[in-house]
Amino acid sequence: MILRLIERTGVFLVSLAVSSVLVFAFMAVLPGDPARVALGVNASDEAVTELRRQFGLDRPLPTQYFDWLGGLLHGDLGTSYVSKVAIGPQVFDRLQVTLWLVVAGMIIALAVAAPAGTVMAARHRKISGLALSAFSQVGVAVPAFLAGILLIVVFAVRLGWLPANGWTPPAQDPAMFLKQLILPALSLGLVQGAVLTRYVRSAVLEVLREDYLRTARAKGLRPFQALWRHGLRNAAVPVVTVLGLQLATLLIGAVVVERVFVIPGLGSLLLDGVSNRDLLLVQDVVMVLVIAVLLVNFIVDLLYVALDPRLRTAS
Amino acid sequence: MKPSFSTRAVAFLASAALLAVTACSAGSSTSSGSSPGGDQNLSIGLVAEPASLDFTTTDGAAIPQVLLGNVYETLVKQDDSGKIVPALAKSWTVSPDRKTYTFDLVDNAKFTNDKQFTANDAVFSINRVKTAWTTSLKAAMDVVSQAKALSPTQLQVTLTKPSNDWLFRMTTRIGAMFSESGVSALATAPVGSGPFKFSKWNRGDSIVMDRNDSYWGSKPYFQQITLKYFKDATALNNALLTGTINVIGTVQAPEALSQFTSNDKYQVIEGTTNGEVLLSFNNSLPLFKDVRTRQGIRMAIDHKALLDTCWAGRGKLIGSMVPPTDPWYEDLTGVAPYDLAKAKSLLQASGAAGKTLRLRLPTLPYATSCGQVVKSQLEQAGLKVAIDQLEFPAAWLTTVFKNADYDMSIIAHVEPRDLGAVFNAKYYTRYDDPTLQGYLAAADSGDEAAQVDNMKKAARRLSEQAAGDWLFLLPNLMVADKSVKGLPTNAITENFDLSKLAR
Repeated sequence: MILRLIERTGVFLVSLAVSSVLVFAFMAVLPGDPARVALGVNASDEAVTELRRQFGLDRPLPTQYFDWLGGLLHGDLGTSYVSKVAIGPQVFDRLQVTLWLVVAGMIIALAVAAPAGTVMAARHRKISGLALSAFSQVGVAVPAFLAGILLIVVFAVRLGWLPANGWTPPAQDPAMFLKQLILPALSLGLVQGAVLTRYVRSAVLEVLREDYLRTARAKGLRPFQALWRHGLRNAAVPVVTVLGLQLATLLIGAVVVERVFVIPGLGSLLLDGVSNRDLLLVQDVVMVLVIAVLLVNFIVDLLYVALDPRLRTAS
Repeated sequence: MKPSFSTRAVAFLASAALLAVTACSAGSSTSSGSSPGGDQNLSIGLVAEPASLDFTTTDGAAIPQVLLGNVYETLVKQDDSGKIVPALAKSWTVSPDRKTYTFDLVDNAKFTNDKQFTANDAVFSINRVKTAWTTSLKAAMDVVSQAKALSPTQLQVTLTKPSNDWLFRMTTRIGAMFSESGVSALATAPVGSGPFKFSKWNRGDSIVMDRNDSYWGSKPYFQQITLKYFKDATALNNALLTGTINVIGTVQAPEALSQFTSNDKYQVIEGTTNGEVLLSFNNSLPLFKDVRTRQGIRMAIDHKALLDTCWAGRGKLIGSMVPPTDPWYEDLTGVAPYDLAKAKSLLQASGAAGKTLRLRLPTLPYATSCGQVVKSQLEQAGLKVAIDQLEFPAAWLTTVFKNADYDMSIIAHVEPRDLGAVFNAKYYTRYDDPTLQGYLAAADSGDEAAQVDNMKKAARRLSEQAAGDWLFLLPNLMVADKSVKGLPTNAITENFDLSKLAR
């Protein structure tokens, strides 16, 4: 158990280090000089050189990398080349917005997938199971942004029930926050839910074929009782793994959904950074996203162990 | 932010929303305390969010769009007909040698940091352009040799040579008046003397402006105006349809206008801008040095059909580098009318026929869609056209703009009075014409009549020489709730004048 924990932590830290080098290297080779972009094309070369010096872009790349990394470790993400304000607080604000979106999307996805997948597996030879299955296939095929546009057209433009876009922090106006959260969270959650349903279904089907479930049935439990008491915990192991991987897709989906619903989250910050050639900002946001994904996978690894006692002894 | 030209070109989006001063003065009141609008608010949807609030070091059209005229004021400004009129300067005189300007300033203007606006602030602001500004626009102030306060309300500016352009540029962002004690945090906390105070910036979402209740001039109608930023045209339209915003400051896709024109709840405004969509030629290439090639290309393009196809017929055909709101505008669409037979023979004569030209397009909506039409029309006249999409801004700027590695391109030039800036040997058009430069120099140094006369000659020269082809002038298209008044028809200045809006 302890050994496995150390091993997983080591993998996590090494992945972090490697990805920080990669993120930095990608940004360094991108075309487009931030200093020239800030000054305009007609600016003199002297002015550009001076600004590069101010930004610290004239230093050797390793120095720039270690300065950046040192800052990151202290929680200092530097100052934007373009807006001249500290990046850290901005990223933190936007991250909160995106987290709300991702968490709400995840909850919706689970709320859809867990019952639907279980029913689909338990009734996989019945009409109801097949119908659900077909329905989830459609869901898998629809991208989140399209779902978002459809939801807007129906619930905001036609029916006028919910706002089409915007964001209000929960502390400022909880009712408005919820109203504005529903549609984007749905467009993320329903699509993810459809994907997840497929995994839940196959995990439950797998479990249904296990001997211990047959034993439980033999003891006189009804199928759903047996599944509930003995099966679902085991079915949860592969689902949690997929959930971790899906969180990464959910983050990416959030970037797109934020654009459709005009939500000031990490995704729109990233897009702004790219279009303004605010390279340091882009570098920071990408790194934060990478950290988030690695962290989730790390947690999933640990959960895996917690859920399945066999893995503890195996190590 | 993006390079000077680039942002403005990209943001024809934004630029199309740079609004002119309108004659409408609904809601104006000088009485203190309550004003006609009481505590009414308004939300305007725009597309290009500023990256910073400091236009002295960050380029791009989005910052002056919000701040100029609303938060910062200039000594002189442009009225809706393009004329230069008083603002913080009540009046001004020009010396006989046209090198010394004496401005009489208003005596009751106050900055939002409670400091009185005086001639010293004007001197400070003018000098600061030369010392602290970093964007390329600062060059327009190079002609000033000295700015001096004769009294708290009198300012004298001496130029090294006569320049009409200088006074005009004083209506743009470089003429913004700053408080000497208010420039410590320009990027986040602007201090100006205008009708609005900067209130709050929700990054990635909106900028909130509050009415400046101690403004020296007519107070605005709305107590608070929120500028909301959208990156997506559909989201922008939906926001108006669902009542999140009251005005679309810049229509992104003219073909989507029908959903508003067919609805009584909305009004659609269409006027002109300063955005000339130019089919540019690389005039330094041997093929384009031959005037017959250039004229042949102009005559091969059916501009009316092109506008209908690629920009839903919205926009104006101009025929040269002058929008109708400039004092020296003439309709020059007749200089090279569409004539396929003549175009063919001109291209044959110059040896261009059958050759392949590289049309390198920036990834901007109008360039992409109009580029296809240009290609098919030119191919009918016997040219071959290879379209090459370049990512905008970075790739286009490096390849076409900086290195002039192109044959033809399409881009909107949205800066005001930019004829001279665009057509010279150093610019990416590589247009080297001493006759044109002669007209431009005479226009800049002469009196008003001489300026108009010489600018007309310059515009005609460009058109006759076919230094490029002016596909059309971008329209100023806005949609708003029917009740909103004071929206300007034309967008010819750098700013979106919020003070004239009312309900």
